[in-house]
Amino acid sequence: MEKFTVHTGLVIPLDRSNVDTDAIIPKQYLKSIQRTGFGPTLFDDWRYLEPGEPGMDHSKRTPNPDFVLNAPRFAGASVLLARENFGCGSSREHAVWALTDYGIRAVIAPSYADIFFNNSFKNGLLPLTLPAEVIDQLFVEAQATEGYQLTVNLAEQQVVTPSGAAFAFSIDDFRKYCLLNGLDDIGLTLQHADDIRVYEAKRQQTAPWLF
Amino acid sequence: MNFIYSYGNVILCASIMSEGLVVAGKTLYDKVWDAHVVRQEADGTALLYIDRHLVHEVTSPQAFEGLRLAQRQPWRVNSMVAVPDHNVPTIGLEHGITDPVARLQVETLDANCRDFGITEFNIGDIRQGIVHVIGPEQGATLPGMTVVCGDSHTSTHGAFGALAHGIGTSEVEHVMATQCLIQKKMKNMLISVDGKVGAGVTAKDIVLAIIGEIGTAGGTGYAIEFGGEAIRDLSMEGRMTVCNMAIEGGARAGMIAVDDTTINYVKGRPYSPKAEDWEAAVAAWQDLHSDVDAVFDRVMRLDAASIQPQVTWGTSPEMVLPVDGKTPDPAKESDPVKASGIRAALKYMGLEANTPITDVQVDKVFIGSCTNSRIEDIRAAAAVAKGRKVAANVKLAMVVPGSGLVKQQAESEGLDKIFIEAGFEWRAPGCSMCLAMNADRLEPGERCASTSNRNFEGRQGQGGRTHLVSPAMAAAAAVTGHFADVRTL
Repeated sequence: MEKFTVHTGLVIPLDRSNVDTDAIIPKQYLKSIQRTGFGPTLFDDWRYLEPGEPGMDHSKRTPNPDFVLNAPRFAGASVLLARENFGCGSSREHAVWALTDYGIRAVIAPSYADIFFNNSFKNGLLPLTLPAEVIDQLFVEAQATEGYQLTVNLAEQQVVTPSGAAFAFSIDDFRKYCLLNGLDDIGLTLQHADDIRVYEAKRQQTAPWLF
Repeated sequence: MNFIYSYGNVILCASIMSEGLVVAGKTLYDKVWDAHVVRQEADGTALLYIDRHLVHEVTSPQAFEGLRLAQRQPWRVNSMVAVPDHNVPTIGLEHGITDPVARLQVETLDANCRDFGITEFNIGDIRQGIVHVIGPEQGATLPGMTVVCGDSHTSTHGAFGALAHGIGTSEVEHVMATQCLIQKKMKNMLISVDGKVGAGVTAKDIVLAIIGEIGTAGGTGYAIEFGGEAIRDLSMEGRMTVCNMAIEGGARAGMIAVDDTTINYVKGRPYSPKAEDWEAAVAAWQDLHSDVDAVFDRVMRLDAASIQPQVTWGTSPEMVLPVDGKTPDPAKESDPVKASGIRAALKYMGLEANTPITDVQVDKVFIGSCTNSRIEDIRAAAAVAKGRKVAANVKLAMVVPGSGLVKQQAESEGLDKIFIEAGFEWRAPGCSMCLAMNADRLEPGERCASTSNRNFEGRQGQGGRTHLVSPAMAAAAAVTGHFADVRTL
């Protein structure tokens, strides 16, 4: 997994609440057996005027000029500013893969759906939470200022604006540690393989029907 | 003695023990959680043991690939049951899967299961069907288990007093490799549906009404226990419908206490415990309920008698109306964010404000999905369809049973003939038009009465318009051509 330490990037404001994972990556692209290649179809239904199917050359489709992702000033953005309950709905990790494949490294929103939130950490994508009034302010600034960038400092747990204003965010110690070091948590869990075997042996005695 | 403290929507019940210590009882979620903690870290993170891992073709290929790349083996293959469902065609199965991309995904699951020795119910096997239908049907879901699957509707299995939730593909790989998940404990919410529902009001109406109350993010961070007389009155099929949609209220897990209804359902199924194991299991399962003095972080009560048949009008499951309701008017909404949400949803759905929902005509009807494709659902729809005809303006009304065994049972009761006679199509099992990964989908602008669980934009096909309803209400829409109160047909 790619490490996340400090990231400074262009901010793209997606001003909608309850953005669901069906919207982030529509179902027809879930037929892929790969983890990569989802970037061109991120937000597919909103992003293009024609319906999309797997295997198309998406660069030949017509971008929807009204969708924020297609505005030239947001090209190359890597910090997604979003509204409450971002990532609700389906558990598809393809939603996170689409965001990271597009180049998003951090999402900033007032709240997330639980499964999307979990999935993000497994892929080096930092979903951080700031209070709704701070988010409102960031939306105003990002929309008003061309080239608006934010710096996300994970070690310091801070988001810093171009004017130097800093907003603290919280994160679980374990998740922070894994992201900072780019650690595969399967390897970490397997360090406790003996504990798992002890648990299993005990459980097999008390609830043999589960094995 | 017991005290009940009530503050806002928080009710705390605590037992005062003779020594003066306050020791709260445990919730059902607390009990199942506690029984599965392998390790507890200081920051609240726990390693949680997983008893049952259900696998399907869409969210597993990258996990199997990850195992291979790291040269790892599954920790315990007999904890896993696999089935293709999302991509499976519901018609023309004799030709196989014609979509090459979908076919490769199903073949990849077949190959992975073969290579790692995992039990799979392949296409053509009578046991094949929607993963959340076949788990309980086979007895692979048992009370008190932890159950995971790379699918958000895994909450369904909580109907058995199991702790069941959806996970992403990285966690699928993690569970395959370690039999554990790294988790933080969720908070406890109780939703009590008190009293009895009226005639014609089903589990689907109960859960839609709940989501209308708490909103799509109302349960975020919680495990929801559904309780109260109206929940206890439900069959296992109904309880699965309720828990299935916990995720639409934001809660990864929904749970219902174990009682005789649960135990009678589980008994004698292929994966259920046998002989002396059965006796021991049933004895252990008696404890799978919240203690009377359990502490919930949030409690919500609903009067069952006030619930009417429900119809969603918008693009989120919380946008729901009783059948005698009208679409909302954004001009009457004081919160500007909510008003713009209503405007956007009305526009996408092609509806005007203040429209009685029963005036809205439908183009297609879908009866199926992990929410409503079990035998009781099929029977409820058939009871409405019997002796009636699909309305002329309805282009397609389809019934997709949840599994080969549900299909077989329905056919043995003659339900397929009732549907065909009425003009419905009777299809083969799979996820079908719930998410439209196969050929079953809406065309842009088409409106569907659907017994599925999500009415998001484009969910059933790009530009498609989904209204969520119960099976009986879907059948009523099919035969009248518009949403109609099934109680007055």
